[in-house]
Amino acid sequence: MILLSAYCAVLLSFASGLLALMMNQRQTLLSISQYTINKLFNGDARCLDWVNKNLEERHFPVFLKQAVFVLLGLSGVFAVIAGLAILLGKGVITDQISLGLPWLPWHVRFDGLSGFFFFIIGIAVCAVSLYGPGYVHSYKENEHPFASLGLFTGLFVAGMLLVLLADDAFMFMIAWELMSVASYFLVAFQHENSANRSASFLYLLMAEIGALAIILGFGVLASFSDGFTFDALRESKLSETWASIAFVLAMLGFGMKAGIVPVHVWLPEAHPVAPSHISALMSGVMLKVALYGLIRFCFDLLGEVHWQWGVVLLILGTVSALGGILYAMMQPNLKRLLAYSSVENIGIIFMVLGLSMIFMANGHPQLAALGFLAALFHAFNHALFKNLLFLGAGIIQHQTHELNIDMMGGLIKGMPQTSKLFLIGCMSISSLPLFNGFVSEWLAFQTALQVDVLDNGVLRSLIPVAAAALALTAALAAACFVKVYGMIFLGQSRSSNAGKAREVKDKGMLAGPALLAGLCFFTGIFPGVIIHLINNVSGQLLGQTMPNDSALGWLWLAPVSAEQASYSPPLVLIGALIAAGVCYWYLRRNPLTVMRRAETWDCGFGGLTPRMQYSCSAFTMPFRRIFAKVWIIDEQISKDMQGAMNQDVAAVHYKLQIQDHSWPRIYQPIAQGVNSLAKQVGRIQTGNIRTYLGYSFATLLILLWVIS
Amino acid sequence: MNWLIAIFQTMLFVLLSPLLAGWIKWCKCYLQNRKAPSLLQPYRDLLKLTHKQPVVSEQASWLFVTAPYIIFSATVLAASVVPLIAVNLPTSASADVIVMVGFFAFARFFLALAGLDIGTAFGGMGSSREMTISSLAEPAMLMAIFTLTMTASTTNLSGAIAHVLNDGMVLRPSFVFALFALILVAIAETGRVPVDNPATHLELTMIHEAMILEYSGRHLALIEWASQLKLMLYGVLITNIFFPWGIAEDFTGKALGYGLLAIMGKLALLAVFLAVAETLVAKMRLFRVQEYLSFAYLLGLLGMLSHIILEASR
Repeated sequence: MILLSAYCAVLLSFASGLLALMMNQRQTLLSISQYTINKLFNGDARCLDWVNKNLEERHFPVFLKQAVFVLLGLSGVFAVIAGLAILLGKGVITDQISLGLPWLPWHVRFDGLSGFFFFIIGIAVCAVSLYGPGYVHSYKENEHPFASLGLFTGLFVAGMLLVLLADDAFMFMIAWELMSVASYFLVAFQHENSANRSASFLYLLMAEIGALAIILGFGVLASFSDGFTFDALRESKLSETWASIAFVLAMLGFGMKAGIVPVHVWLPEAHPVAPSHISALMSGVMLKVALYGLIRFCFDLLGEVHWQWGVVLLILGTVSALGGILYAMMQPNLKRLLAYSSVENIGIIFMVLGLSMIFMANGHPQLAALGFLAALFHAFNHALFKNLLFLGAGIIQHQTHELNIDMMGGLIKGMPQTSKLFLIGCMSISSLPLFNGFVSEWLAFQTALQVDVLDNGVLRSLIPVAAAALALTAALAAACFVKVYGMIFLGQSRSSNAGKAREVKDKGMLAGPALLAGLCFFTGIFPGVIIHLINNVSGQLLGQTMPNDSALGWLWLAPVSAEQASYSPPLVLIGALIAAGVCYWYLRRNPLTVMRRAETWDCGFGGLTPRMQYSCSAFTMPFRRIFAKVWIIDEQISKDMQGAMNQDVAAVHYKLQIQDHSWPRIYQPIAQGVNSLAKQVGRIQTGNIRTYLGYSFATLLILLWVIS
Repeated sequence: MNWLIAIFQTMLFVLLSPLLAGWIKWCKCYLQNRKAPSLLQPYRDLLKLTHKQPVVSEQASWLFVTAPYIIFSATVLAASVVPLIAVNLPTSASADVIVMVGFFAFARFFLALAGLDIGTAFGGMGSSREMTISSLAEPAMLMAIFTLTMTASTTNLSGAIAHVLNDGMVLRPSFVFALFALILVAIAETGRVPVDNPATHLELTMIHEAMILEYSGRHLALIEWASQLKLMLYGVLITNIFFPWGIAEDFTGKALGYGLLAIMGKLALLAVFLAVAETLVAKMRLFRVQEYLSFAYLLGLLGMLSHIILEASR
C-alpha cells in the first residue's frame, strides 16, 4: 500500500511530463476524446460539452497547464503520504521491478531515510505545483514551449523520486542521470541567451563528472562484493584504505551535486537561469537528493564510518558555509545570491553530518544520532525556506522584470502579501528564534558542545572552532538577508519598474509560498513533530534514537537531557505575545497620541531621492573591507572632468566586480591543462592516412609481441 | 509560585534598567566635572516620550511601526532567561543561552530593517554598520559562552550559574579569558565607547542612533528602553556568571532580598568601571572595530582552548 503510493508519486510525475507533450496535439486530443465519449458514454452531451469547452483553441493551453500541474501536485501529495506512512510505520519495504535487462531487475527499497526525503520532495513539489500555473503563464508559447518545460519537470521529479527508491547501483545511476539530464534541459530552457547556454553546459559537465565519481565509488564497493544490489554492497568487507577511497569518490560525486566549496561553481551559474519554480526545486530539493546519496553511501553502504571522514566533512562543510554566505552577500542578483546561500546551508548540513560521523566512530551513537538529527532537520528546513525564497524571487521577477537587487526597493507597499511571505523566509534562513531555521541551528550547537566526551585533543579543539564558524555564518546570514529584504522591499523604489510593481493576481502563486511559510512557522513552534519523524530514520540507520521522551515531549526540546539544555518554542511564543501585547495595549490607550505622518527628515537640505539610499554594495562595504581576502575585488572609480582647467567634477563612475577565487585558482588551471594536453595529443594526428596506417601497424606489432 | 517569581524577576529587570542607565550617566558626569542629572531622569524621559504624539515618516511601512514592539518584547524575553536575583527559575529552562543570543539577533534584525525602511542614507548606514559589528561580535560572544557551558556542561544559564556557585571560588584560566572576551563583546553590542557613542549625533560616527533617527514618541521610548535593558542584561550576564555570589538559590523572601541587594551592588560597581573606561578611552574608527572584536574572539578561543587543554577532566 505504502509502496503503491510511492509508485503512484513516480508515475504521476511521469504522467504530468507526458501530458505536457500534448500541448501541440490539440486536434488529436479532441478527436480521440470525442471518439471515446461516443463509444463509452454513448455521446453524453455534458461530457461532450465539457471536452469541447476545455479543448477549445483559447482555453486549451490554460487547461492543459493546469492539468499538468495538478498531476504534478498529486504526485507530491502521494510522495508526502508514502513518506509519512513509512516513517510512522517504521518498516522497510523491498520490491523488484522487471525493467531493464531480463536478468537484472530493478531492486526497490523504501525505508525511513528514503521516506523522509520523499516527504521533503513531496512538500516542495506540492508548493511548486500550486505556484506553477500562474508563473508559466507569462512564457510565450512560440519562444518557450510549455511542452519541453512540463516534460522535463515531470521527468526531473520522477528521477529524484526514483533515486530515493533505488536499491541497486544500476537503478540508482539511471535515476540519477535522469534527474541530472532532465534538470540540464530545464536550466537550458531559456537558451536564447548565450550566458544561459554556457551555464547549462557547465552544469551538465559537472553533473557528469560527479556521476563518474559516484559510479567509481560504487565500483570500488562492488569489487569487494558479489553484485550491484545495495544488499550485496552492504556485505562487502573493505580494507580501511579502500573504504576511504570509496568515501572520497562518493564525497566528490555527491558533493559536486550538493554544491560544496570548491566544486560549487555550477550552482550560482545554473540556478539563476532556470525558471524560478525550477530553481526552487533544484536548490531546495535536488541538493537534498545528493545529500541523501551521501548519507546512504556512507552510513548505510560503507557501514563502518571513520572519524577522519567526519573531519573531512566538518572542514569542507565549514569552508562551504563561510564561503557560501560571504559570496552570497556580495551578489547583486537575487537568484545568484540565493544559490550561494544554498552552498552555505549545504555546508552547515555537511558540518553537522561530519560531527555525527566523528561521534559515531568514537563510540557515542547517541550523540551521533543527535548530529544526524540536526543535519536532517536542517535539510528539511532548508528545503522549506529556500523553496519559499526562490518562489518569492520568482514573484518579484514576474512583477518587476528585474532580478538586480539594486534596482528594487519599496515593494512592501505594492506587494503586501509577497513581502510578508518573503519576510518569513528571510527570518527562517537567518535562524531567528520561533522559526524552523533556529531549531536546527540550535541542535547543531548542542551537538558541537558535546565535544567533551571525545578523547582526541585535536578534535576537541577543532570542533569548538567549527562551532564558532557556524556562529559567524549565522550572523553573516542574518546580515545578508537584512540586506536582501531591506533593499528589495523597504525604502523608496530605485527604478520605475519597482515603483509600478503590484501584487500578483494569481492566487496560486501566493498559495505555494504561503504553504511553505506556514510550515516554516509551524515546525519552528512544534519541532517535535519533525524530530519524531527523523528519530525513526536514525533508529533504522544508526540503531540509535534521541531520547526526547519526557512527559511533555512536544512542548520541550531537550536533546541530551533536560538539565543540559532545553528549549520550548511554544512557551517562548506565548511569552513574546504577552510582552508585545502588554506594551501595545499600554502605549496605545491614549487617543491623543495617534500617529501622525510627516515628511522624512532630510537634514534641512530638502529633496531626498531614492539614489541617496544605501545600495546593495554600500550596505556590504564594511564586510568587503573586513573580509577583503575572500574575494577578488575589482573596484574602479573614474571621474569626468569639465570646466576651466578641467577642475570640476561632472560625473563619477563607480564600477565594482567581485569574483569567486575558485575560478582563477582551480578551474582555469584545469581548463588550461586540459587544453594543452589536447594540443599535445593533437600532434600525433597529422591528418595523413599513411601516418595513421603506420600507427595501426605499430600497434599491431606491439600487441603481437605482448601476446607472444 | 516559581512562575510568579520568574515574572516578578523579569518585571524587576525591565523596571530597574533605566535606573542603571541613569547611574552610569551620573558617574560619567561626576568624572567629567559636569553637573549630573537626577538618577531618575531616564524614567522621566521615557514617560515623556510615551505621552508624546509619534511622528512617522510618510515613507514608512507597517514594519517601521511594528518593529519597536518586536524589539522590545524580544529584549524582554532575553531578560526573562537571565537569572537576576534567583537561579533555577522555570523561564531559564524554556530557553537557554543560545536562544538568548537568538533573541538579540531577532531584535537586531528588526532594528536594522526599520533603519532601512524609511529610505534615508542615515538609516542604511546605521543598519549596515550594526549588522557588521554584530556579526563579528556574535561568534566572539558564543565562544566565551561556550567556554562556560562546557565547564558547567549545560547551556542552561541558570544551571551554569548554579554550577559556578557550587564549585566555589576556583580560579580558572578559561574563565578569565572568557570574562574579558564577554566584556569586550558587551561593550560592542550595547553600543558604548569605544565602539559606538550613545551620546553622539555626529553622522560619521553614529551606529545605533543612525538607525533610530526617524523614531519619535512611544516608538522611541520602546527602543530606548530596549537598549537600556540590553545594557543591563549584559551587565547581569557578566556579574552573575563570573561572580554569582549572593544570588538566591531558594525562593524565600530573605534570600530574594539578599539577591536583589547583591545584584544591585554588583551592577553599581560594574557601572562605575564602565563610566571610568568611557571617560578614559576615546571612540575608535569604525574599521578598527574589527581588530577589537577579533581580539575578543581570540580571547574567547584562548579561553576555550585552555579549558580543553588544562581543565577538562581527561
